[in-house]
Amino acid sequence: MSYRYDYEVITEWISPGEKVLDLGCGDGSLLKHLVEVRQVQGYGVENDPDKLLACTRNGINVIQMDMEKGLAGFEDGFFDHVIMSLSLQAMHNTQGILAEMLRVGREAVVSFPNFGYWRHRQSILNGRMPVSESLPHQWFNTPNVRFFTISDFDALCEMNGIVVRERLAFDEGTLILDEPNFLASVAVYRLGRGN
Amino acid sequence: MIQPQSVGVVSPQRAHFAEPLALRSGGALPEYELVYETYGELNAARSNAVLVCHALSGSHHVAGHHADAPNSIGWWDNLVGPGKPLDTRKFFVIGVNNLGGCYGTTGPNSTNPATGKPWGAEFPFVTVEDWVEAQARLADRLGIERFAAVVGGSLGGMQALSWTLQHPERVANAVVIASAAKLTAQNIAFNEVARQAILTDPEFYGGHYYDHGVVPARGLKLARMVGHITYLSDDAMGDKFGRSLRHGKAIYSYDVEFEIESYLRYQGDKFAGYFDANTYLLATKALDYFDPAFAHGGNLSAALARATADFLVVSFSTDWRFAPARSREMVYALLHNRRNVSYAEIESDAGHDSFLLDDAQYHALLTAYFDRIKV
Repeated sequence: MSYRYDYEVITEWISPGEKVLDLGCGDGSLLKHLVEVRQVQGYGVENDPDKLLACTRNGINVIQMDMEKGLAGFEDGFFDHVIMSLSLQAMHNTQGILAEMLRVGREAVVSFPNFGYWRHRQSILNGRMPVSESLPHQWFNTPNVRFFTISDFDALCEMNGIVVRERLAFDEGTLILDEPNFLASVAVYRLGRGN
Repeated sequence: MIQPQSVGVVSPQRAHFAEPLALRSGGALPEYELVYETYGELNAARSNAVLVCHALSGSHHVAGHHADAPNSIGWWDNLVGPGKPLDTRKFFVIGVNNLGGCYGTTGPNSTNPATGKPWGAEFPFVTVEDWVEAQARLADRLGIERFAAVVGGSLGGMQALSWTLQHPERVANAVVIASAAKLTAQNIAFNEVARQAILTDPEFYGGHYYDHGVVPARGLKLARMVGHITYLSDDAMGDKFGRSLRHGKAIYSYDVEFEIESYLRYQGDKFAGYFDANTYLLATKALDYFDPAFAHGGNLSAALARATADFLVVSFSTDWRFAPARSREMVYALLHNRRNVSYAEIESDAGHDSFLLDDAQYHALLTAYFDRIKV
């Protein structure tokens, strides 16, 4: 089973017995982890038949839908947490899905690869698109469609009235406290609705 | 893993019930018989039983074939058998012909004990809920307290859903495929056209055609033709038949010219040759009446609050008779109640009929789901 270090952060933010929605849940391994250690009532959303199958094999509730079209059908405020782990950069409708996550969830948890990470910048300076642990694909086969930095995301949250309740940044598993936009490869956010 | 196999030769069994069955429509059936088949072995804990509910024109003959008819393959044979998604090495699978049916279960062509003649139009209206009650009595008879799963497509899916509401404690898993918690007006409209075709057939005789030694074959044929159109997608029909002309060009006749005409007439005639018109009327009404949310002011979430089963809901992208949106309604209502539910929308070009086919993705999903059921 795949296991990613952002899972530990996300798990810390989830209380036992919560209702959790995991958007782009892949094979369901995060939800399976949350069911095991937090006894959550969890649901995944996927649109890839192979991943749907993997979730089913993992015993995870999974609902097939195209997240680009929003989360219509899910009730306002139904979930305690709506998670999108390393998938936001693969969605076109960035603002739409963030709004939907905070509509159906009390809080949203989002992690994404930081395009502004120094190795990525170095790669660009050297004239090539970055390929790294957090951006593992080549430019021609990447599922990612949005390339943004921690600072970009902060600005987007500010612009949309989204409250950043917590932010942790990592360089390949190591917590980064200083200059995260330069030194961190991945950021994990806990977001809430503004007033 | 083994190579998927047929369950082989199977024999229908009969169960007689002497205790009257109260019906939603008011009256009661004083006594009745259910015809059923079983595949696999009931385990010692009696925990591995799976009920397969049939759709409009289906029967108890789900899998395998009858000894005297090698071509009489069960209607869901691709699903049920050793090494198949519903693996009979693990599960004890039951198929039951529903009340009002025409395959041996008490129905309009059975003898009405009160008159000594076929029930005909006197056979009472039966509902999905009545069918579930009758199935529950058969389960009692077979010593099955709780089903590992109740499975059905289309009208069969309605029975699976209804099981979770009528006997929540008796269903561990419900697999609801190409179905709906209620029909739309458009769907009822198709049923009404089918019924009018039968009811206005001069040989229908108010449902008492048995007494006249005829069958309303023309009406039943038309009913089936309408049905068949709605079970296929536009694309599937286009791919299969297109505008192909039997004579290669228009001959300006009402005889068969387009291949689709030939197909529909053939299917209609075939169906009218073995199915009972009164059963068709009853089954379409059962479809129309099914609406568990009705008693809850139309609130499906409230209606499904009783269900405790885990659910797998499946729809097909080109099914316009039981559209994916109808399945999603069930999923969201189950979600509201914090039920365990998974939902798949299978890409398929075969329309409503998809649920009977062995699409690889569809069957892989069912295999994965049935595999994880603990018995």
